[in-house]
Amino acid sequence: MTTTAPPSERTSRRAAPPRGNRTPSDRPWLSGARRRSLTGWGFLLPAALLIMVMSFIPMIQAFVLSLQTGRGANFNFADPLWSNYTRLLDDEIFKLTLQNTFIYLLIQVPIMLIVALVLASVLNSKNLKFKSFWRTAIFLPCAVSLVAYSLVFRTIFANDGFVNDLLLGLSLIDAPINWLGSPETARFVIILGLLWRWTGYNMVFYLAALQNIDHSTIEAAKVDGANALKTFWYVTVPQLKPMILLTAIMSTNGTLQLFDESWALTRGGPAYQTMSMSHYLFEVSFLKNPNFGYASALSYVILILVAILAFIQLKVGDKRD
Amino acid sequence: MISTLRAAPRYVFLTVFAIFSIFPLYFMAVSATNSSRDVLDSRMIPGDQLFENFAKLVGVQDLGSAMWNSFSVAAGTTLLALFVCSIAGYAFEIFHSKGKDFVMAVLLLAIMIPFAATMVPLFRLFAEVGLVNSLAAVIIPAISTPFLILLFRQASRSFPYEIIEAARIDGVSEFGIFAKIYLPSMRSTMAAAAVITFMTAWNNFLWPKVILVNNDFQTMPMLISNLAAGYVTDYGVLMLAVLLASLPTMVVFLILQRTFAEGITGAIK
Repeated sequence: MTTTAPPSERTSRRAAPPRGNRTPSDRPWLSGARRRSLTGWGFLLPAALLIMVMSFIPMIQAFVLSLQTGRGANFNFADPLWSNYTRLLDDEIFKLTLQNTFIYLLIQVPIMLIVALVLASVLNSKNLKFKSFWRTAIFLPCAVSLVAYSLVFRTIFANDGFVNDLLLGLSLIDAPINWLGSPETARFVIILGLLWRWTGYNMVFYLAALQNIDHSTIEAAKVDGANALKTFWYVTVPQLKPMILLTAIMSTNGTLQLFDESWALTRGGPAYQTMSMSHYLFEVSFLKNPNFGYASALSYVILILVAILAFIQLKVGDKRD
Repeated sequence: MISTLRAAPRYVFLTVFAIFSIFPLYFMAVSATNSSRDVLDSRMIPGDQLFENFAKLVGVQDLGSAMWNSFSVAAGTTLLALFVCSIAGYAFEIFHSKGKDFVMAVLLLAIMIPFAATMVPLFRLFAEVGLVNSLAAVIIPAISTPFLILLFRQASRSFPYEIIEAARIDGVSEFGIFAKIYLPSMRSTMAAAAVITFMTAWNNFLWPKVILVNNDFQTMPMLISNLAAGYVTDYGVLMLAVLLASLPTMVVFLILQRTFAEGITGAIK
């Protein structure tokens, strides 16, 4: 019964005075309900405190730091305050990493989500054979760490690596391609790696959503004579919209924070041409000449981009209703 | 017959994608048993260099301690995260109030904070309390996540409230109700949360790299990254290290695949 009760009903029931007034712990100066409310706060305190100290406070500190210059324990407010931000506008490497991140975002995320959606709908079809095999195979890359798969891809796409051997063997190319040595092909390898690692992950979200779809709507479309493609586009996809929105926001968020692939697969090279914003942030923060003030300004650009893109996606997602 | 023909493109598509998904893993496993030369010659069958590669690997890197560090971090994070987040998720639902709803809404905002934006101040915080180069500093920021709290809060929705009331009348303490009655009934949620927390912690790279400044403590992702950073890479050794770094999470995945899927999608129900 409880599982099916609507939230409002359960809420009111929970707010009602407790029946167990005979408990020995129930003293007049602290009623049972009040006592319980305090217990509740006590239970959630460690989790809430940790998120405050590990996420919110650092986020605010990063903003303050982004307005400062200095080193070690000596930090002073910059003059003008926003000088770290204006410096970003003249930083060619920053602009390049921003551009790279958006290339990954705009090419990889749409392809990945479409492929994941198609895979999920194929896997969801009733009479498909070896379902769990396909599912496991496609989902398996999620078990591998980002650094690990990056290094595998680095090896496969090495100058004298497997891909070049294969293409040479098939006479598709005359000379080995320096995959990681030129910007376009190196970016292509990163995008391919991201597709490999995350398509199955997103597919699982769509599979979960597909299970909640009312199957009669699809049957109805079939009865009305719609073909498979039309049924998919006009009946299935609209019902998956909330999940598509969620995966789009998650993927955007993840791509803006891309680090491991840039670090381990291409090392940002050649010459910063594949470096992600987070990778550059790491360099500015901890390598060569650490500059925490400037790094914090850079990190706030990532934060603001995450917020703006999520907001835009939510708005667009709403409109199509 | 016609239906088989119509289904054919599906199978072709699935086969192509499955090969794409499995091949890099096959490449990794096979190359771990081959010499560097053979890897570059694209030898795609298992070789006999596994032990040589292993000997070379432990010769250049402290594999044992990296494995132990990764395991300690992953296990420590999982145990603490499960306790802290399950009791919080339980409290948000069972001791539900307007104030707590508000706190939950604020905490959920933390999902949107990119780690990049907190990394530098977090580093300074841990430097101030003298925890740079400690595994504790790797674990602490990963204990409490809005995602896990949400997962447990959603799971608590289906927990029968009558049981709690009955236990209260019997004089069981509130913590007793949580630990002895609620937790044992949440096995599948606990498993899902454990699998995803363990895998995330094991695979985490950026924060351990930031906070474990000197290489006294190295995790497996750091070890393989350092191994690849040398000027001359022995690909057989590298692929063996990559395989060893991936094996624990892949085993967990293959055994608990369904649980893992429930874990990543569970909080959004």
